[in-house]
Amino acid sequence: MGKISNQELIQKISSRFADRVFAFSEPTGLLTFETSKEEIIEVLTFLKNDLDFNFLTDITGIHYPEQELPIGVIYHLHSFRQNVRVRIKVFLEEQQPTIPTAFNLWRGADWMERETYDFFGVQFEGHPDLRRILNMDDMVAFPMRKEFPLEDPNRVDKKDFFFGR
Amino acid sequence: MNEPAIIKNLDRKETTTLNLGPTHPSTHGVFQNVLEMDGERIVSGVSTIGYIHRAFEKIAEHRPFYQITPLTDRMNYCSSPINNMGWHMTVEKMLGIQTPKRVDYMRVIIMELARISDHLVCNGILGVDTGAYSGFLYLMEKREHIYEIYEEICGARLTTNIGRVGGFERDFNDIAFAKIKKFVKDYVPVLKEFEDLFTRSRIFMDRTIGVAAVDAQTALDYSWTGPILRACGVDYDVRANEPYSSYEDFDFDIPVGTTGDVYDRYMVRNEEMYQSIRIIEQALDKIEKEPKGVFHADVPDIYLPPKEEVYNNMEALIYHFKIVMGEVDSPKTEVYHCVEGGNGELGFYLVNDGGRTPYRLHFRRPSFINYQMYAHMSSGMLLSDAIINLSSLNVIAGELDA
Repeated sequence: MGKISNQELIQKISSRFADRVFAFSEPTGLLTFETSKEEIIEVLTFLKNDLDFNFLTDITGIHYPEQELPIGVIYHLHSFRQNVRVRIKVFLEEQQPTIPTAFNLWRGADWMERETYDFFGVQFEGHPDLRRILNMDDMVAFPMRKEFPLEDPNRVDKKDFFFGR
Repeated sequence: MNEPAIIKNLDRKETTTLNLGPTHPSTHGVFQNVLEMDGERIVSGVSTIGYIHRAFEKIAEHRPFYQITPLTDRMNYCSSPINNMGWHMTVEKMLGIQTPKRVDYMRVIIMELARISDHLVCNGILGVDTGAYSGFLYLMEKREHIYEIYEEICGARLTTNIGRVGGFERDFNDIAFAKIKKFVKDYVPVLKEFEDLFTRSRIFMDRTIGVAAVDAQTALDYSWTGPILRACGVDYDVRANEPYSSYEDFDFDIPVGTTGDVYDRYMVRNEEMYQSIRIIEQALDKIEKEPKGVFHADVPDIYLPPKEEVYNNMEALIYHFKIVMGEVDSPKTEVYHCVEGGNGELGFYLVNDGGRTPYRLHFRRPSFINYQMYAHMSSGMLLSDAIINLSSLNVIAGELDA
């Protein structure tokens, strides 16, 4: 594992941001916390410049329809020198979710954010070229949201109740 | 709407718009780049991707864990076993399964063979694109031998679906071991011959040295991983940084380049193939020392019982039924697991809610992330250089589009 412990990271991050970062946890050893869309760029900048998380591994989205803020944007950062990873989540409203872009911190965020926009409809404010990337341009839905059916919604033979659920 | 926007060069001075792809023979896959050309020189370009997007992440949300393995095959189909193993290890990490050392070493053998087959295709194709076909054919024969090893182990060649969560579906038989040993012995001379043809060839050097050079800072900024990042001089390799599948037991070097140009990428990949052979040799030795016949972890909850037992034993039948119907108890957690794929860090981000299927599964596909700099770095390049740049990035369309 890394040279810097998760406890140390939690302490450093929370001493800088106090209650603006919350919900710290360590599922399978990877430090995870949440913040708000107002703070995200500041948090990412702090992690990149002060805590040496130089590498943006991934940006992706998630959809929890039953939550108050259902659309999540998830960042995975990696510090090569410390050899430690961190995961940051930001939850947004379902209608017109917007979040500032991380493009100015890492150019690699370009396509990751386009993919997240394509599949979850998250508007990354300040992104230079936010278009759909894998789906066709005239698609109207955001297909990774849970309400979007995988196949014909009238098909019943795969419904859970046939399997005793 | 479907027309990609042409950036820069707004006054369109004496330029031609060129569609490179989607089905151009020199792009080795379904890639479209709309290039604005000033003679032979590229002024600007826009990549359009998604031609073979198959919505794997969405499909994965509707499938039990063991049925997702065939989806991972179809991402980087030049090295599908690495994807398969990466997925098995992700599920094992989530379920907290510890695999026996022998299984780890068997996996290492398969993954390194896959890495060789990935790199040899890439380097061979690089030769084809620079106008030298024969080296490619020398190496292609060896890929055939690797595929025969896969065939011996799992019955398939390209989309392997190799192994199971918890181990392998069956032990490697003697023929498989014999074939692996023969391959290890035979491969190095062929690779040396291939290197003789290319490495110091004046034509090859002139075509590749200094082409598409990327400095380390830019590469990191663009989240590059894998051989192309190492060619820029950054010694990041998941196998060393976060060893999985007992890679910490092996002794191997991580080659790095200096300039990050096409030649360096070629050299890094070549050296990695030698290192892979070294790893396989060590793994074969280590397997000898492990107890024979162990090819899976003792996890009846997720690993299918042998067929004879299913027919004759009630308990085995119950387990079989539960696994096939996806009734495996799993914790509510989230996992990020990554392996060093042929092209870089192949990550699996799995969010599980304890149900039959993943709640969310995201693939961090190295080709997708590595490719985003392509159009940008092509500006100012000659078209023929852009072609060899594309082949040295080794972007695999299946992994790009998932």
